[in-house]
Parts: sequence; C-alpha cells; structure tokens
Amino acid sequence: MSDYIYLFRTTAEARRAAMGTPELAQQSMQRWLAWLGDLETKGHLKSRGQPLENEGKLVRGKSKVITDGPFAEVKDLVAGFMIVEARDISQAAELAKGCPILEGDGAVEVRPVMAMNF
Amino acid sequence: MVAALTRIFGVHNLSLAEDVVQDAFCRALEVWKVRGVPDNPSAWLMATAKNRALDVIRRERTATHFAPELSRLFESEWTLAPVIDESFASEIVRDEQLRMMFSCCDPRLKEEVQIALVLNILCGFGAQEIAGAFLAGRAAVEKRIARGKQSLAASRRLFDLTDDDVASRLPVVQRALYLLFNEGYHSVSADSVVRTELCREAIRLTELLAGDPRTGTPPTHALAALMHLHAARLPGRLDGAGDLSSLVDQDRSTWDAALIARGIALLEQSARGDEVSVYHLEAAIAAAHVQAPSVDRTDWHTIVALYDRLMTVAPSPVVALNRAIAIAQRDGPERGIDALETITDAGRLAAYPFYRAAFGELEIRRGRPGDARPHFEAAVHLARNATERRHFEKRLQTCASK
Repeated sequence: MSDYIYLFRTTAEARRAAMGTPELAQQSMQRWLAWLGDLETKGHLKSRGQPLENEGKLVRGKSKVITDGPFAEVKDLVAGFMIVEARDISQAAELAKGCPILEGDGAVEVRPVMAMNF
Repeated sequence: MVAALTRIFGVHNLSLAEDVVQDAFCRALEVWKVRGVPDNPSAWLMATAKNRALDVIRRERTATHFAPELSRLFESEWTLAPVIDESFASEIVRDEQLRMMFSCCDPRLKEEVQIALVLNILCGFGAQEIAGAFLAGRAAVEKRIARGKQSLAASRRLFDLTDDDVASRLPVVQRALYLLFNEGYHSVSADSVVRTELCREAIRLTELLAGDPRTGTPPTHALAALMHLHAARLPGRLDGAGDLSSLVDQDRSTWDAALIARGIALLEQSARGDEVSVYHLEAAIAAAHVQAPSVDRTDWHTIVALYDRLMTVAPSPVVALNRAIAIAQRDGPERGIDALETITDAGRLAAYPFYRAAFGELEIRRGRPGDARPHFEAAVHLARNATERRHFEKRLQTCASK
C-alpha cells in the first residue's frame, strides 16, 4: 500500500453554490461524510486533511514579491486536501470517483506521495 | 446568534451581523463535511461567529460605526475580546433574544412587518415560509422584510427599551410566536408537512417570555399552554407511512403525556388573572381534545361554546371553519354544512385546501360520496405539498369506493 494525496480543485463559485441553501449544504455535507465513511471502513483513509480558505497570498520568484490571491477568481482553486492509502495509483484514482466535488464539476488531483524509506 | 452580533455591531449593521452568521455557517459545514460533525455543533458555530466578529471589528474599526454603547471598549485589544466573549454568554444571548424580539416589534412598524422581522431574524425563516404563514405573496413579504430592516437600521437606539415599551409590545411578540408555531404545525413548505423544529423553537421562545417577570403574563402562559397541548399531538399527525392522519384516525397513545401535563399546568397558571385572551380560548379547546379518550367521547358542547366565544373576540374564516367542524360533531353533518356555507368572508379561504376538504368529509358522512368528489378534487388541486396531496387523493378514492 502507498500513500496518495487528493487535492480538491473547484471554483469559488461552485463552492458557494454547494452551500447555497441549508438544504443543499446539508446534502453536500452528508455526501462528503458518506464518501469519507466509506473510505474509512475500507481502510483507505489515512488523513482527513482540512479545507482551505479561498483567500491567500502568493510569494513568487527571486524578488520574493508578495501578492494577494486572487484565488477566488481562479478556475481551479485548491479547496482542500486529504491523504489515502491505496494499492496503486489506478486504485487511488478509482476511489476518487466517489468524491462529491465531481458533482459540482470540480476535480480531484491524485498524486503519489514520494515514499521515503529509512 | 444574529441577536448577539447585532448587539455588538449595532442595529444599523444588522445585515453585517447576518453576513457573519451566514459565513460562520458555511465555514462550519466546509470543515464538518471532512472532519465530521462535532459533539456540540452550536458551541462550535458560536466560537466561529465570535472569531469572525473579532476579525470584522479589527478590520473595520475606523471605517464603520458599531454599537455606540460598546464602541469605546472596542478601541483597546484589552477590552475587545472580553466584551465579545460576554456578548455570547448563554444568559446574555437569552436576554438578547428577548430584547431582539421586542425591538423587532416597534410600534412604528406595521404589525405584519414586525412579525415578519421576528420570524426572519430570530427564527431564520425565509420569505417563502413567512408568506405561507400569512397567506400572502412571497414578493410582498420580501418587501416587508426589507422595509422593516431599513427602518430598524435607521433607529440607533435599539436596546434601551423601557418597561412600558415591553408591556405595549408584548401582544405583537405573542402573536409572532403564535404564527411561528402554526407554521411548524401546518408547514406549507414544499417538502414537509410538520416541521417539529419550528414548533420547538416557538415553544423555546415562549418559555423565555414566560420565565421573565415582565413578560410572563397570563396570556403568555396561555400561549405556552396552547403550544404544549398542540405539540403533544404532533407524533400522531403523521401515520406510519408518513401520511397526514386526521384527528379521527389518530392513535392517541402516541400523544406525548409529558407535554400534555406541562400544557395543563401552564393553562392552570394562566387562569390566575381575570383576563381571557384568544390564547386562553384556544388552549382550552386544545385541552378538551387531548383529555378526551376518543373523538366520540370528546366534549363537543364545550368546544363549540369556546369557538363561539372565539368568534366574538377574534373572528376569522379559519376559526369559523373549525367551529363548523365542531358543530358537525355535535349536531351532525347537515348542521356542519350549514355552518360552512354561512361563513362570512369565505373568499379568503378560497386557496385553503382544508376548506373544500371539510365539505367533502361532511358530504361523505351524510352518505353522499358523489357530492363529496368535486370538493376533494378541488382540495387535491389546492394542496400545498405532496403529503397534503396524497391525503386528499386517498379521500377521493374513498368517495369512489362507496
């Protein structure tokens, strides 16, 4: 088994829409908890991660210029992350198909975490 | 939470307070959906809202005027955090909710605007639900809420109400809570008929009123009694399949004995004064129902007499409709139909499905299912949600099979 990180990518707008009304918010929450519960019972969930705020700063290049976001406008805002354990990358990608963010036309980026054996 | 934040930001920043609450709610859900719902979600929400309030005040300290009586304390970091903390302490919040209720019920606003504000700000009602409770249009209610908020925002001294203000505004506050309870009991929102949480919210706020010496008057106790006695019957309103169950078919063993006992105790407490309010009469009617072992052994004479008194103090087409049904129980379906036909102002019931359904029921009872049909067809057409529709469709089938 190896570790894979899921990076949840979406837009600020889709994120807001999912929380648009109390009913939608509750549905969204239930779908997420169901998906996570499923991963957990099957022993794939290594870390639940944390959601990220929409705003932030960007520090770039040798000149180390700090600029504001603007993350709220970007098309694939990283909204959160999570770490799963899977047999290989295709299983990790297969497991990501259950992620509710896809219903809102978002994406899950699946990246193997480099193994460090000491 | 909006009440506590409004005290902090000042009433002229009401929409800011609402934004902060909305924002806290969205954040909470973002985190809960991956981390799971915490054991104490409301404490978590409070903490989030508190932090957001601190952020807002720090960020906009110079640009925005917050509550005048607190603004000096906001200038120093030493006093800022404790003031915010204190504003969220549970007993303060309780007090704020009471004050917020009375502030919304400003006599300069029209009564329906006052009630719409209480429902919107304190109970989180949407315009659609409020429109349902008032038999009014959604756009009109939206306008009402916006106008009310504007006018509240224009008055900067919100929270220093005198005892006289409290006494003169109490009836409006009671009526708002009464409507809130009704909305929960006969919910018109598309997906559910009974929204227990709205009833619970109304009971909570009414108990708050009853517990305060200035507002715990006999009518307040009668109102609380009325709510408990109706709430006791909530578990029986839907049958096992989630369908509406009429009083005749309800399984009385499902009624909540503890709520009945509390309701009766409150009713006795409400009898201390010599005042007989609308709430006293309605609570007495509810008490007659819950204390009867069956529909046939219900004291319909007393109930009709109580409806007669209600018609003299607070006549309304819906009261007249209920009175007609009680008369049918006492004197038979023909007399009931007569009473239905003589309701003045019946035009206001034109969109109310249970009015046509009442005709239908009584036609069936006097053995004319054919005459009942068009009434139930109309009721099906007027039904406001799927559960009501199923209920009337079932009755329609009964007409066909007889």
